[in-house]
Amino acid sequence: MSQTKPYRVSHLDALEAESIFIMREVMAEFERPALLFSGGKDSIVMLRLAEKAFAPGRIPFPVMHVDTGHNFPEVLEYRDRRVATLGLNLVIASVQEAIDTGLVRELPDGTRNRIQTPVLLAAQEKYRFDALFGGARRDEEKARAKERMFSFRDEFGQWDPKNQRPELWSLYNGRHHPGESIRVFPLSNWTELDVWHYIAREDIPLPSIYYAHDREVVERNGMFYAVNEFIKLRDGETSEVRRVRYRTVGDASQTAAVLSEADTVDKVIDEVAATRITERGATRGDDRVSEAAMEDRKREGYF
Amino acid sequence: MSQAVLEPDAAAARGMDLLRFATAGSVDDGKSTLIGRLLYDTKTIFEDQLEAVETASASRGDEYTNLALLTDGLRAEREQGITIDVAYRYFATPRRKFIIADTPGHIQYTRNMVTGASTADLALILVDARKGLVEQSRRHAFLTSLLRVPHLVLCVNKMDLVDWDKAVYDRIADEFTSFAAKLDAPDLTIIPISALNGDNIASRSDKSPWYEGSSLLHHLEHVHIASDRNLVDTRFPVQYVIRPQSTTVTDYRGYAGQVASGVLKPGDDVMVLPSGMTSKIASIETADGPVDEAFPPMSVTVRLTDEIDISRGDMICRPNNAPAAAQDIEAMICWMDETAPLRVGGKYTIKHTTRTARTVIRNVQYRLDVNTLHRDEAAGELALNEIGRVKLRTTVPLLADEYRRNRTTGGFILIDEGTNRTVGAGMIIEAR
Repeated sequence: MSQTKPYRVSHLDALEAESIFIMREVMAEFERPALLFSGGKDSIVMLRLAEKAFAPGRIPFPVMHVDTGHNFPEVLEYRDRRVATLGLNLVIASVQEAIDTGLVRELPDGTRNRIQTPVLLAAQEKYRFDALFGGARRDEEKARAKERMFSFRDEFGQWDPKNQRPELWSLYNGRHHPGESIRVFPLSNWTELDVWHYIAREDIPLPSIYYAHDREVVERNGMFYAVNEFIKLRDGETSEVRRVRYRTVGDASQTAAVLSEADTVDKVIDEVAATRITERGATRGDDRVSEAAMEDRKREGYF
Repeated sequence: MSQAVLEPDAAAARGMDLLRFATAGSVDDGKSTLIGRLLYDTKTIFEDQLEAVETASASRGDEYTNLALLTDGLRAEREQGITIDVAYRYFATPRRKFIIADTPGHIQYTRNMVTGASTADLALILVDARKGLVEQSRRHAFLTSLLRVPHLVLCVNKMDLVDWDKAVYDRIADEFTSFAAKLDAPDLTIIPISALNGDNIASRSDKSPWYEGSSLLHHLEHVHIASDRNLVDTRFPVQYVIRPQSTTVTDYRGYAGQVASGVLKPGDDVMVLPSGMTSKIASIETADGPVDEAFPPMSVTVRLTDEIDISRGDMICRPNNAPAAAQDIEAMICWMDETAPLRVGGKYTIKHTTRTARTVIRNVQYRLDVNTLHRDEAAGELALNEIGRVKLRTTVPLLADEYRRNRTTGGFILIDEGTNRTVGAGMIIEAR
């Protein structure tokens, strides 16, 4: 074999090939996989990878949205359009419905991040999903840096960081007993910047809130929250219209915007490459609770 | 800390490639400091992370910002000051994206190091210049060679504490080089550094005018990895059969998978194992259209000119270059289960490429002492973190190559049939 030809693979191609391999592996070894789709950029990229993995066939599993009821309208509209275009089956696990039926109780502060976990687990049980794809990345957060590609969960959906299966080569162990399940993270090795480069390369449309726009916001603890039906001005607070964009999209009552002039994908890439704050640190009130906030939520069954 | 010198360039990033490396060593060797330094010098540590680490360091009473806290993420790790598990870290320079599998040096060292090394292009071992080579350095070098990691870097750290004495460096370098030669070790590079001060990390340091090699980061950016992949033996494990049930796409049948080794091209004569049937590649497809050739690690869909019965676990290869179809396997096995040892007569599930079967342990030929390389032929079993040469028999043939020739078709895992846990990792020596 001639060694003159480089047979070089770019880092994005290598990441894409790995993610596609993982999705096919799950489809081959599990009975009822589903993909967790929030309308956020990571789950949008994951959906594109699923399209590629099974082309020219359709994506062979449903998508599930854990709907906290605190949504950005642009994101819901995007979700419904994508689902229709791809001909997908959408399962909605509604936190509001779970509150109404008494499965979970609204917290005094009105935040719903923590109570979405039992809702997710109940929907998983109802539809008997044995594998759930999540868009989590290891670069996001220190507890996630220790996650496996195939993350074993017991019958309560719990993650036990001290009892994880070693992952060697590309040999993933998805074996589980009835009631147990596996969370699968095909984007584990992607960084925020990789995701944006891929969005640019693949020309993937995103909800408009990812790009700079004018919005009425209120500043709290150095973060800029949209003033809307979920976030009301408190006594002594004033709102102002600022040029912002969202770096992450989560629960609308918990997710803050960042000041930004980046209104195109290339400008966002430049901004992300130069930023000095992590995306969760800049935008997520829920991760600021304690040093181990994410670890605790993952142990309870959060993805 | 000195100011960062390199930063991922947004525009250049599209052409860069990917290097995976494993680090080994204990906290005392300065491994976490080195990783912190690499992340810092490539502007990968963010201000909020640094602030969190500074706060945590101060509350623990550390005298300096403890960069180890960046990598030790779990509550138990912070409380006990240990690293439990493999942690993955990411950084990039304009030339390359890097994935670090950061493996702890002490607890569960073998299991974690084997895991991290299994996918690594390069292994980085640290020694403390004041202490020289220790048992652990030899063990890490041995595991690197066992896992066939193609490139090895020895960082002689804390050179500032020996006044950058060339004689100290030379002594350690000579000793390690002669040890590595015995191991059939891969491409070896040795670099004198101070992780704490950043010398010879991102750029050459003026403290070591006698050192003529490159800085660590320069080496990581330029080490040639494209030819490490086996491009000779065509191996395409069939992962999933794509057969859309749709009115718009009819009569489509494609074999999806990731190229394990070799190069596939349309028109190539192929053989499918285990059936031995032959055909030709009609086309190689991706969602972005057909491609002229496929090589590792591409994920593609292969279509053949003939209708043959092919399913997951089968292997597409060339008629004149095929893997063994073997039920009797000899392999080096690293045991990873703390609850029970590997025993003769034990039955396990074995996963090899995309094929899953059952296997029984026929015998344990010897257990290897990873520190002395002494072979204990009376061992009879392998406990957690022990490595030995084992004979197995499988229920169906594995389509396998020697691990030293092919890391993808030569590696397997063993799964406990009761607990479903991954309990062993195997590297095939002989398959027949």
